[in-house]
Amino acid sequence: MARIEPTQVAEGPEGHRTPARRKAVRYAVPVAVAGLAAATIGLVPALAKSGDPDLPKISAEDLIAKVAKSDVQQMSGSVKVTTDLGLPSLPGGASLGALGAGHDGKKGGADVSPQAKLTELASGSHTLRVAVDGPDKQRVSIVEPAAEYSLIRNGDQVWAYDSGSNTVHHSTAPRGKADAGQHAGPEELKGASPQELAKKALAAVDDSTSVSVGGTAKVAGRDAYQLVVKPKAEESTVGSVRIAVDAKTGVPLKFTLSPKSGGKAAVDAAFTKVDFAKPGASTFDFTPPKGAKVTEDKGDGAQRDHKGALPATPGEMSGLDVVGKSWTSIAQFKAPAGASKDSKAKGGGLGKNAGGAGALLDTLGTKVSGPFGSGHVFSTRLVNVLMTDDGRVYAGAVTKEALIKAAK
Amino acid sequence: MSRADAAVTGGTRAPSPLWQLSLFRSEVGSVFRRWRTVALLGVLAAVPVLVGIAVKIETRGGGTVGHEGGGGGPAFISQVTNNGLFLVFTSLAATLPFFLPMAIGVVAGDSIAGEASSGTLRYLLVAPAGRTRLLLAKYASTLVFCLAATLVVTVSALAVGALLFPLGEVTLISGTNVSFGEGLLRALAIAGVVALSLTGVAAVGLFVSTLTNSGIAAMATTVGLLITVQILDQFPQLHAVQPYLFPHYWLSFADLLREPVYWDQLLDNLRLQALYAAVFGSAAWARFTSRDVTA
Repeated sequence: MARIEPTQVAEGPEGHRTPARRKAVRYAVPVAVAGLAAATIGLVPALAKSGDPDLPKISAEDLIAKVAKSDVQQMSGSVKVTTDLGLPSLPGGASLGALGAGHDGKKGGADVSPQAKLTELASGSHTLRVAVDGPDKQRVSIVEPAAEYSLIRNGDQVWAYDSGSNTVHHSTAPRGKADAGQHAGPEELKGASPQELAKKALAAVDDSTSVSVGGTAKVAGRDAYQLVVKPKAEESTVGSVRIAVDAKTGVPLKFTLSPKSGGKAAVDAAFTKVDFAKPGASTFDFTPPKGAKVTEDKGDGAQRDHKGALPATPGEMSGLDVVGKSWTSIAQFKAPAGASKDSKAKGGGLGKNAGGAGALLDTLGTKVSGPFGSGHVFSTRLVNVLMTDDGRVYAGAVTKEALIKAAK
Repeated sequence: MSRADAAVTGGTRAPSPLWQLSLFRSEVGSVFRRWRTVALLGVLAAVPVLVGIAVKIETRGGGTVGHEGGGGGPAFISQVTNNGLFLVFTSLAATLPFFLPMAIGVVAGDSIAGEASSGTLRYLLVAPAGRTRLLLAKYASTLVFCLAATLVVTVSALAVGALLFPLGEVTLISGTNVSFGEGLLRALAIAGVVALSLTGVAAVGLFVSTLTNSGIAAMATTVGLLITVQILDQFPQLHAVQPYLFPHYWLSFADLLREPVYWDQLLDNLRLQALYAAVFGSAAWARFTSRDVTA
């Protein structure tokens, strides 16, 4: 018995084991430590995932009502947001999302306005920390390596602080109107929190949608129901939306949007930690640090346009024609001059240029033709865009066929 | 392992704690008495001086540093002009990727192999301390050097920061203001975390040092390994293995400057360093206690 004990082997006098054997036993120690660590890394998440909580059954209607009734005023936590919309990345690191918002990267000084940051969230994985204390005090921070971008709303003061460039963006919001969504503020960034995403998805619930309860799950250590929202329409590219709703408070804790094409979720926002206690009052205090560059923001009306940055809500874009409704709505607008192959309008002199643009369009999109004439379709995992040769643009979270049908 | 040696390690008599301490003390002494060590610490102390003077010169006209491009240079450098304490964080962020671990690699790589190449290892083994204890003393003295190197950078940066820039209330990267005292405490905690971040590379260096009889080879291998791993950590295609590379969470010390402190990556870092220390420490032990010492 004693001969099996490794300590005996390691410390015992020579003679019990041959030197080669002793050597092998000693080298087994680091291998065992590494193996144990690998097993722990592999097994612990698997063990944590298994064992969905046992909760009383609930109907989908009751669950939606629970979310609507939920009145949590105070909470704080960390949110992990992962987006994979399949936007093609452009050379130089600029993403299409950044271009769409009209900001040319970080050239000419860091842009610390909340809108620029929201578009940054449209790709990759980010960690957000949120704290809410009533309708007047909110805080959202994007955790960046060795830096942080914070949006702090305290009463009518809205501050954005970017520690990396030590710049501050200041604006004022009408007091007490946090839910109206009429102003710039943490709401812009809260657009990425599970609650806001869930609210938007549930707002689209009507007879074109099937809603069911898909079991239970554990999110951020809390028991939650899974609400599964599926568009009934064939032409929607949205496969399903899963919302994990906290069983106790009715707060959505996790939001997952999967495209119909399968694969990784296009949008996944989940609390990794959540606490329903009142956050410390100092959390919402902010005074611009000495030497920081402060930009004041006067008009807040122009910022409403950016609400449409998330593909699930094309209906919110202003200045657009929207055909169809809820899941299958298609935004329709005239392309800005020069963006399309509109050579007829510009005369023959530009024909060569237009040809070059056409070649570029050919490489980025696929050429299609239909009753509307011909054009190009650009596909991402969730959103398809049809740009016709006469300069009309149709976009929506629908299939190519639906776009072609809508174009007529 | 010689028979006499084995008889001592295998014996039931435990040496008095004072004796262990004296072995450890003599190892620490031999590390810090070397001119090489003093030169390494001098280079580390010079980094904050250089950074501080460069920032001072660049901002003499009232401009801000790192303004073009919004955040070039090491982390926190844009805040240095407003608060000298940030020079500590900038200097640690600047030295942690290469300077500090390189110094650790030199000391750790030299620890066993250096003794072997100068022919003093066998005399050390003649002393009735046992190889395991000698290895522990070597590792402990390397860790003391980790702490000393980090503190040298911290203290030098604090002195330069206090001389060249104003001190005062500290704005954390979350935008919260804390008193200078708390800022100083956080700076000390960060120095501790940075020193602990180096325990992994120290263990790797110790293991490499047991493999060879050439001190130079062990140092070069450790530093080369460090550079290779740092480069691998930059490739986005390798993101699946990167969380297990020892430098991956090094810059997480900045999370101590958030309010509330963001612990996730800090703890990941400490766990990873403990894992490296355990795996490579035990590998070094397995190698060192079972090999023939000829030099």
